[in-house]
Amino acid sequence: MAHYEAPKQSKAGQLLDVVVLVVLTIGALFVPLWMGMAGAAKTVANPDANPTWESLGQNAVQAAQYEKLGYTPETAHDLILARFDYSFTTAALVVMIAVIVLYYFLMLRFSEVEYREVISEKFGDK
Amino acid sequence: MASSDITSKGSDDATPHGAKVGLLRVLGPAHIWALGVGIVLVGEYMGWNFSVGKGGAFAALIACWFAGILYTCVAMIDSEVTSTVAAAGGQYTQAKHIVGPLMAFNVGLYLVFAYTMLEAANAITAGYLISVVAGMMGHVGDLDQRPFIVLVIMFLAWLNYRGVLATLTFNLVITSIAFVAILVLFLSTSGVLGGGIMQHAALFEGHELPYGWIGVLAAMHFGLWYYLGIEGTTQAAEEVRSPARALPFGTLAGIMTLLIAATLTWYICSGILPWEFLGDGVDGAVAPLFSAAQLSGSMALVWFLGFGTLFATLASANGCINDASRAWFAMGRDKYLPFWFGAVHPKFRTPYRSIIFLVPIAMIFALGAPLDQVITFSILSGLLEYTFMPLNIIQFRRKWPLNSIKRGYEHPFHPLPAIVLLCLCGITFFAVFLGYGTQLVAMIGFYIVVSLWFHFWRYRFVNRGTQFTMPWPKPHGY
Repeated sequence: MAHYEAPKQSKAGQLLDVVVLVVLTIGALFVPLWMGMAGAAKTVANPDANPTWESLGQNAVQAAQYEKLGYTPETAHDLILARFDYSFTTAALVVMIAVIVLYYFLMLRFSEVEYREVISEKFGDK
Repeated sequence: MASSDITSKGSDDATPHGAKVGLLRVLGPAHIWALGVGIVLVGEYMGWNFSVGKGGAFAALIACWFAGILYTCVAMIDSEVTSTVAAAGGQYTQAKHIVGPLMAFNVGLYLVFAYTMLEAANAITAGYLISVVAGMMGHVGDLDQRPFIVLVIMFLAWLNYRGVLATLTFNLVITSIAFVAILVLFLSTSGVLGGGIMQHAALFEGHELPYGWIGVLAAMHFGLWYYLGIEGTTQAAEEVRSPARALPFGTLAGIMTLLIAATLTWYICSGILPWEFLGDGVDGAVAPLFSAAQLSGSMALVWFLGFGTLFATLASANGCINDASRAWFAMGRDKYLPFWFGAVHPKFRTPYRSIIFLVPIAMIFALGAPLDQVITFSILSGLLEYTFMPLNIIQFRRKWPLNSIKRGYEHPFHPLPAIVLLCLCGITFFAVFLGYGTQLVAMIGFYIVVSLWFHFWRYRFVNRGTQFTMPWPKPHGY
């Protein structure tokens, strides 16, 4: 392969590339947060209007530890009863698998093309 | 094919690219242990307990051990590759030589994001801890944590700017103290020394698996937090005196230390704290070992674990700055990123521009995102990196079989560790999907976009053959 001579990048071009990368990064990480789509919030499915340690499902030892931590049945109500919802749709799971597989496929494919150029220039075609 | 030594032999004043000022070779195996364990040990002090919230205490223990298997595979694979690819950038440099430039660019970004987010999480925890200590000292009202978060990041960045030996020696001391604090808490509360306060059976009663077995799968998400970052030992490859010996020794000793620390941590916390409190790292146990010490009734233990938590967060943030900056620096040096980042400080011999550049990035996330989200961003980047590792080792063994080049360490049972690692990564992707599917898709979408940006735009500024810097023979099949 003929020797490839990379063009010299101007300082403005370097700065622009950094800005693009930073904007993409912050966007990818913060957009789900700003749109309220990030994370799994816990919810209390069946609130207890007059909670006691027994009604919250706590035995004597568990209740004693909560009291040592400064909780009462009222203040511990949400902490104890809130649960995650792990239900999901098959379509969502298939989309996630497809996105991951597509990503690695693209990366390995493009990497292989670039790698062959590197090896060819470094070691020659023999 | 004849064997040849492929371990980097670069001198202090020469980089693989021929620059006049290189990174300084001053580190030994103890520093590698301190770098790896120092980054990770904070995972026992905070964050791992979200896995309790995802599936209950038993689920967290199962996740702890399966994540332990995952990271043992990571450490074995990494030790073999890095004992031969001894250059700054760690897995980025491995990917560049073994898989290809685009993969390397992505791996470099995984490293930077995993460590920068972990650094942000550490700064948040340090800020929380300082506010708790202020309350214990008599401060009334809520303490604004933000100045302390900024101060922690700035101080550690300054330490990293000044030099790697002082930075990692500092890590060695504070990591050792943080590890001893866990041992002392275990001995003091388990009944080995004096009366025990563990009540596992009573605390688990009626709450063995609150979500059933799907909770065990879900717990794998935060199970990674027990060990995330151990692979960062490879970032120091260009700064150790004997890479072939120090890197495998430091990494494998590190994972053994962490397996012990993780199991002890689970045992202590689940035997003292109710699972709902323990599993809520935002409104419940932000720093679970510290909370366990508070229930022990001993002020000495409270202070010791308070310092242990603070030291663990500082050591981790310190190591993260070290590793993220090396990865960013290595990409700049290869022109994968603007070449300006590839500079080494003429006096301190550190990648100072990369260190400074990443400071505001860490601050944005430490000040602008909640702890569980920051941890999830870090875990996702780590998970993508661990999925790359089996692909990397399989290609490494295929392109350079065992008899073709000299390795500092050869991991046993290949390809079993690679297959196990790939399967556990698949399970963890599913665990992340169960709670944080949007972030997962958003992050992979980001990597697809930047990959296209790199392939079709940025890569034109990269020289082809010269980026292959290891003195290896031509790979098989090319």
